Amino acid sequence: MPKLPIGLWVEMAVGWAQVNLDTLFDFITLIISALVTGIEKIFLAFHPLIIIAVVFVLFWFIANRRIAVGTAIGLYLIYNMQLWKPSIETLALVLAAAALALLLGIPLGILTARSNLAHKIIMPLLDFMQTMPAFVYLIPAVLFFGLGQVPGLIATVVFAMPPTIRLTGLGIRQVPVQLVEASDAFGSTEWQKLIKVQIPLALPTIMAGVNQCIMLSLSMVVIAAMIGAGGLGNEVLTGISRLDIAKGFEGGLAIVLMAIILDRVTQSISEKHKVKI
Amino acid sequence: MSKIVVKDLVKIFGDHPEKALKMLQEGYSKEEILKKTRQTVGIYNINFSVNEGEVFVLMGLSGSGKSTLLRCINRLIEPTSGTITIDGEDITRAGPEVIREIRRKKVSMVFQRFALFPHRTVLDNVAYGLEVHGVPTVQRREKAAQIIETVGLKGWEYSMPDQLSGGMQQRVGLARALCNNPDILLMDEAFSALDPLIRKSMQDELISLQNSLNKTIVFVTHDLDEALKIGDRIALMNNGTIVQIGTAEEILTRPANDYVEKFVEDVDRTKVLTAEGVMKPPDPVIFLKDGPHVALRQMKEHGISSIFVVTRDLRLVGIVLAEDALRAVKEQREDLKDIIIEGVPKVSIDTPVIDIIPVLAETRLPVAVTRDDNKLVGILVKGSVLAGMVRKGENIA
Repeated sequence: MPKLPIGLWVEMAVGWAQVNLDTLFDFITLIISALVTGIEKIFLAFHPLIIIAVVFVLFWFIANRRIAVGTAIGLYLIYNMQLWKPSIETLALVLAAAALALLLGIPLGILTARSNLAHKIIMPLLDFMQTMPAFVYLIPAVLFFGLGQVPGLIATVVFAMPPTIRLTGLGIRQVPVQLVEASDAFGSTEWQKLIKVQIPLALPTIMAGVNQCIMLSLSMVVIAAMIGAGGLGNEVLTGISRLDIAKGFEGGLAIVLMAIILDRVTQSISEKHKVKI
Repeated sequence: MSKIVVKDLVKIFGDHPEKALKMLQEGYSKEEILKKTRQTVGIYNINFSVNEGEVFVLMGLSGSGKSTLLRCINRLIEPTSGTITIDGEDITRAGPEVIREIRRKKVSMVFQRFALFPHRTVLDNVAYGLEVHGVPTVQRREKAAQIIETVGLKGWEYSMPDQLSGGMQQRVGLARALCNNPDILLMDEAFSALDPLIRKSMQDELISLQNSLNKTIVFVTHDLDEALKIGDRIALMNNGTIVQIGTAEEILTRPANDYVEKFVEDVDRTKVLTAEGVMKPPDPVIFLKDGPHVALRQMKEHGISSIFVVTRDLRLVGIVLAEDALRAVKEQREDLKDIIIEGVPKVSIDTPVIDIIPVLAETRLPVAVTRDDNKLVGILVKGSVLAGMVRKGENIA
């Protein structure tokens, strides 16, 4: 049996898209780079210590004291290691990627919960997205979007979106049948049922998806740096290429600090929304 | 007037009910249909109507189809064939918007495990129906607070459901169902998840609430005692269809088949049988105008030692004893008045036997059975009550 030219087919499809969807890709690039640089600019417009103070107060109220104090210490350490700017670049990338992943993932998750057909189609796609090595879809991302933050962000979205979809779908499916029935029995429209009953009750699970999404986005920063996404990943990459242990470790430590901060704060928000069913 | 009329209702679960429906019409059994078409017949051949203001109980064991039937009435489950009309309107063919309107205004539901929204306060749970109907916040909360007071939960408006006991939670469930002022309440095993004591008090409360609200209630239960207690009429279901419809007494005394007999055999008959079921006809009696002679002759003729005295329109006056009548005759008195014993023990016609027994035990006289207007309709003596109970029991044992 001759070898099936699967690789060739994909290459052809990518080539076709590159030619024919050029305008679309340009448009996406425009929006995403505006989003990322926008976030960056906001954070870089103020002195790091002001940002740290604001975050401290904010977390004190939306999370708790312990998290607020820990966050302030972590951020100060990053500032102290002179990694503030790359950290903000990474943060902007992660936040933008997470926002996009949630924007697409939550509606898709709701869709999988409501339609068995959508569930059957989307689930294998998610398996594909999660297990295909991230490096592989860096190639078409670069072809479509050039080098820089945008392809890094796209690759990050592809990698970080599946848990959001899965956990949103799971959360909605787990809302007790009798509550869905009660909502129907009082004459709710489908939309009212979703907004007033299903989403509020699925919120802890959806928030777990948000948390996973942010964590996975962070884990992509080093890989994204390979195609010029910059940020902390770049520090680590430079450390590796120069065998500079100090630089590599400091970059890595900053990533860990950001991860812990984002993890704790999203977890604590989801804790607050937990309702006993 | 019939509020709900259900005709030839069938529900078949499965992807291809057509063939199963045809087989059902040809008289195949549920089991045969399942084997041949892999479709499950949920309920079939359902015909009944519920009158306005009536408490209609659907009773049966789990799997008998009673909850499925209940859910067809508000179309939470789509019937496969047959019709359901509410106030003359066929709802089986109504579109989703019409159904939503009916659910918002006409038919509410109370659930077995309460099904309260755990993320909403008691107040917002109760106001839910009005909320989805688009009633402004202030008005709907005002209305909800009022209903919460009616069910006795004033002060708990801002609690979350999990802070309440089971009985209180179901009061919230009931309040939520009453809040949009529906004509019809569907209650799905509403009290089954409660402790026996609380269940009993909720039943009592429902009965007294119903006296003032006068809703049409379809109540699903597997508990025969509950059915007998709250149902005006009961439909007993088995294996997907109704086997008998009737009042509590009809079902107990004239079971339609072996299944019903078996189902009702454990019932404490004394709670359900009433004076009407065990009394003797009021014969003989004498009228107020009759003299001691007539009284004595009647007693001799029937071999009894006392006789009830009634007015011309059969209202109870009292009782005359044989020895008093004999003495009056000897003393040649013509009037009954001196020898009538007034204030004889009496019970009303719907008194359950369990409450008659102590009355009988305390007197050596027969007990009069009267209606509300004091008309004598029957007589109870110890022997007749026992005989009545045994007689009714024989059919069943």
